[in-house]
Amino acid sequence: MSRHLSAGRIDRARALRFTFDGVTFEGYAGDTLASALLANGIHHVSTSVTHGRPRGILTAGSEEPTALVRVDAPYVEPMRTATTVELVDGLVAEPLAGRGRLSGPDGARYDAVWAHCDVLVVGAGPVGLSAAADAAREGARVILVDERPELGGSALDLGTAFETRDLIADDLAVLRSHASSPEVTLLSRTTALGVYDDGFVAAVQHRTDHLPAGAGGTRQRLWRIRAKRILLATGWHERPLAFEGNDLPGVMLASAAVSYLHRYGVLVGRRAVVVTTNDTGHAAAATLAAAGVEVAATVDTRDAYPRIEVFGGTRVQGVAVRDRRYDADVVLVAGGFSPVLQLYSQAGGRLRYDAAIGAMVPDGCRAAVGYISPLPPPSHVPAPQGGYVDLQRDVLVSDVARATGAGLRSVEHVKRYTTAGTAHDQGKTSGFLTSSTVAAGLGTGMELTTFRPPYVPVLFAALAGRDRGALFDPVRETSLHDAHVALGAVFENVGQWRRARYYPRGGESMDEAVDRECRAARGGVAIMDASTLGKIEVVGPDAGVFLDRVYTNVISSLPVGAIRYGVMCGLDGMVFDDGTVARLADDRFLVTTTTGNAARVLDWMEEWLQTEWPDLRVWCTSVTEQWATVAVVGPRARSLLPAGCHDLPFMRWQDAVVAGMPARVCRISFSGELAYEINVPWSRGPALWGALIGTGATPYGTETMHVLRAEKGYPIIGQDTDGTVTPHDLGLSWAVSRTKPDFIGKRSLARPDTSRAGRKHLVGILPLDPSIRLPEGSHLVTDGVPVGHVTSSYHSETLGRTFALALLTSGRHRHGETLAATLLDGPKLRTVPVTVVSPVLHDPDNTRRDGDRAEPVALSASDAARRPLAAFAGDGVHLTELPLFAQLNVRAPAWMPPSTAHVTATHTALWLGPDETLLVSTPESAPSDPSTWPPAGAYSVVDVSEARVAIAVTGPLARQLFAFGCALDLHPTAFPVGSCAQTVIARAPTLLWHPATDDYRMLVRPSFARYTAAWLIDAAAGYGGQPWERVGGTRD
Amino acid sequence: MLLIRCPWCGPRNETEFHYGGQAGVAYPADPAALSDEEWGRFLFVRANPKGAWEERWSHAAGCRRWFTLRRDTSTNEMLP
Repeated sequence: MSRHLSAGRIDRARALRFTFDGVTFEGYAGDTLASALLANGIHHVSTSVTHGRPRGILTAGSEEPTALVRVDAPYVEPMRTATTVELVDGLVAEPLAGRGRLSGPDGARYDAVWAHCDVLVVGAGPVGLSAAADAAREGARVILVDERPELGGSALDLGTAFETRDLIADDLAVLRSHASSPEVTLLSRTTALGVYDDGFVAAVQHRTDHLPAGAGGTRQRLWRIRAKRILLATGWHERPLAFEGNDLPGVMLASAAVSYLHRYGVLVGRRAVVVTTNDTGHAAAATLAAAGVEVAATVDTRDAYPRIEVFGGTRVQGVAVRDRRYDADVVLVAGGFSPVLQLYSQAGGRLRYDAAIGAMVPDGCRAAVGYISPLPPPSHVPAPQGGYVDLQRDVLVSDVARATGAGLRSVEHVKRYTTAGTAHDQGKTSGFLTSSTVAAGLGTGMELTTFRPPYVPVLFAALAGRDRGALFDPVRETSLHDAHVALGAVFENVGQWRRARYYPRGGESMDEAVDRECRAARGGVAIMDASTLGKIEVVGPDAGVFLDRVYTNVISSLPVGAIRYGVMCGLDGMVFDDGTVARLADDRFLVTTTTGNAARVLDWMEEWLQTEWPDLRVWCTSVTEQWATVAVVGPRARSLLPAGCHDLPFMRWQDAVVAGMPARVCRISFSGELAYEINVPWSRGPALWGALIGTGATPYGTETMHVLRAEKGYPIIGQDTDGTVTPHDLGLSWAVSRTKPDFIGKRSLARPDTSRAGRKHLVGILPLDPSIRLPEGSHLVTDGVPVGHVTSSYHSETLGRTFALALLTSGRHRHGETLAATLLDGPKLRTVPVTVVSPVLHDPDNTRRDGDRAEPVALSASDAARRPLAAFAGDGVHLTELPLFAQLNVRAPAWMPPSTAHVTATHTALWLGPDETLLVSTPESAPSDPSTWPPAGAYSVVDVSEARVAIAVTGPLARQLFAFGCALDLHPTAFPVGSCAQTVIARAPTLLWHPATDDYRMLVRPSFARYTAAWLIDAAAGYGGQPWERVGGTRD
Repeated sequence: MLLIRCPWCGPRNETEFHYGGQAGVAYPADPAALSDEEWGRFLFVRANPKGAWEERWSHAAGCRRWFTLRRDTSTNEMLP
């Protein structure tokens, strides 16, 4: 054992057993794996990556280049530095040869929090503690992070004199007295990984790695900090020197040897040779000598730098200095210090070489970021003799010389040529040595390579936090989701939506189910959940004028009660979206968009209204989740509609009562059959669906929808188009106005490229072998020249064969031609002959559009209802869904302060934008008629009572719960009672309202509600069965 | 991550916004009067300066308002 009798801050009463390389050892609480190995006389820890040389422990911190281990227990980690692994009982580690291999999931939990402060101090040494204490005294919101388990920094390394210790104790006392308030957060075991724009800092906190296995809680937490000011008290890193044998285990930085003594009571060797470039090496030698290390020789390069060569096998055995050989088991190198400027440089701080002290020093930063540690003592910078400049990457002095000799003139190029500075340690100890070797070789000035985050390696699991598994990304569900599940639906993702793809019965394959669903839609009646289509109400006296500019066809001529198909282009004339427009009133239209494009179309409309046409009196409101939509399709579709709708003409809509509930019935077809879309309030969707299913109608999914529409040659924007396709290319010239003076994209449709002959057109493709289904993406080839590709491909029950849609050069003029289509046959590409046909393969004369006359079938009202969200009651936080309430989206001249709520007896106005408010009733509101709420002079009022659900988050820890997923600063000074904000919480758009102390209301779209509820409960319920953990708090 | 000052909602994370490219590129009053080259220039050609630059942003996850921001493209500094 190489322990000093008394020194160190370890707990000698708590012995811990650990295993390294299959041998069991003992250490103490407070040890790192490195200090415990050194205490057991072990220096040889790893094997180098390229040269396979034995490597030891160079440092005592996170800058360690070589002491790499794999940890097998308590948590598998493929590659760690032994200097940063805190010793726990039962730790199992193995030496690492070169680099680690990715491990699987470790079963631990990880999370992330947002935090805000006036001052972020990085580094809790004497300077950092003092700065943080000063800021706390002045009432600032302070966060102090330090990567070590214990606050104190260099004072603990150096075993500093008593006066300084008292000052540190004072500062710690100030900080601890403030730490019980939310204004001061002390985070030990927390490493700042990177400084990004506008005071954004990412830091990773190791929360449980020092506790016995199975202690529970989040293992690591990623802190996302927004700081007004950043003070870097990050100190210095000592540098090695380049001489022969400088990589042998036992060659160590002198400061590390001192640190091992003072922190861990470890004597790193019995007999040392010291090589120093500055005064600190002599001090280190004296300290170690006083502790019992024999110092065989001290070389001060300022006097002379004789040739040095270290001898040994897997451990230093001796050192030759010029012609004299000394026996020694350690070589202590004091090669000068580099201020730790990684974060400073990332923030845009400039660096300058200060020849007087032999170091790169800070030289001003445009951002509110300062390096506040004192500059290091002056150091000589000797020319490299030999050996390694980068121990981790096995880069020799001679390798750098070869690089500069080959003509590389920049350290950046040398870095890439030699890989020096590229490993897990990013050249923290070697960078200066590499640069000075380059500078010496070229006779130029000192220059460092760019610093990039992260400062230390970070686990992917820590970056993922809780955004994994079911919470990886929101899954949007329609109100009918449970009904689809009950029917055994197979789902597919469409954007963030989860849609029923098909409903297999009795072991059917997908093809069999789709064939059956198609037969029902073409021969009887079938129903589909179409609620995911985007829906936008466009309101105002100029709405028709606006829509004429946005769509390629004329919309303004549409009479009230009618519906028209419309195409939208981008400015480049390429198809951007399509859908239907229904005129609800003279000044009110309902626009539908494709499922995946709803938000983009609304943004697009707002962009034009706000930035180009502010004179137009038009207001757009999303009502996607106001309405649940069920498509009723097939020759017998009429039978499911009330008699009053039976004479509804094609492309018209009317209000009706369906299954006892108010409904808007639109006669629209995406299949060529008689078809209706029945819209009911979102929450009534399950009741409507249940009533329709009760008649024996066949449910069908998106796959059948695709087959039905493709048989009719209806393109899907985004599948059959790719942003290079005009309406003319799709055969939609009939939907492009020739009379309108302008619309978005019109000018581009006259550009030479968009109007040229030989563009690709949408065509139908029939493989000669009717059983071959071409893969989507297959190339179409003629005479060896590719002329197009398949965009959609299916088996058609109706046609009794396979078919495809394709984009084909001059396709419209090629009907009847035979081409070759490529497909993969095992690993080989082969071609099959196909015939080009019109894209309309079924009922080209639209004879099936009107279906059969039928007697109405009685719909029995179903009592199916949406399942309420799960509630949660925990220690300090409660989650409850509030009952449905009235909501009106009102556009009116600005009348209330931004980001606030205005509460009246009957309702509350929540600010959404300068001319937009949401008027809501709450459980506290007095009953009233919502139509009386809007202010006089409102431009637009849209009922959105179904479009959001409300979740109350209450309790003293509510604000801390939001810190896990809300980037907003909810501190009472930034988000006081009465505030409201539209933002993103977790990954769902949310309207957050703060009506009272410890009371928050989240209004979320119902399609996101289950995701949001699951996320909240996951965050609130704690981790591994543990009760709620306080965010932040002192853990040193 | 940029901290973008929405003129209505205050400073918010960049992820709440959609980028709208160079500011002040107006839709031509009469696109039909432009030559193909002029129209192509309007469609596809934008400045890309190093330094001060005016750009459009939309607070998509917030108030949905479009606004103009001045930013230094070399430092990401928000300019008044």
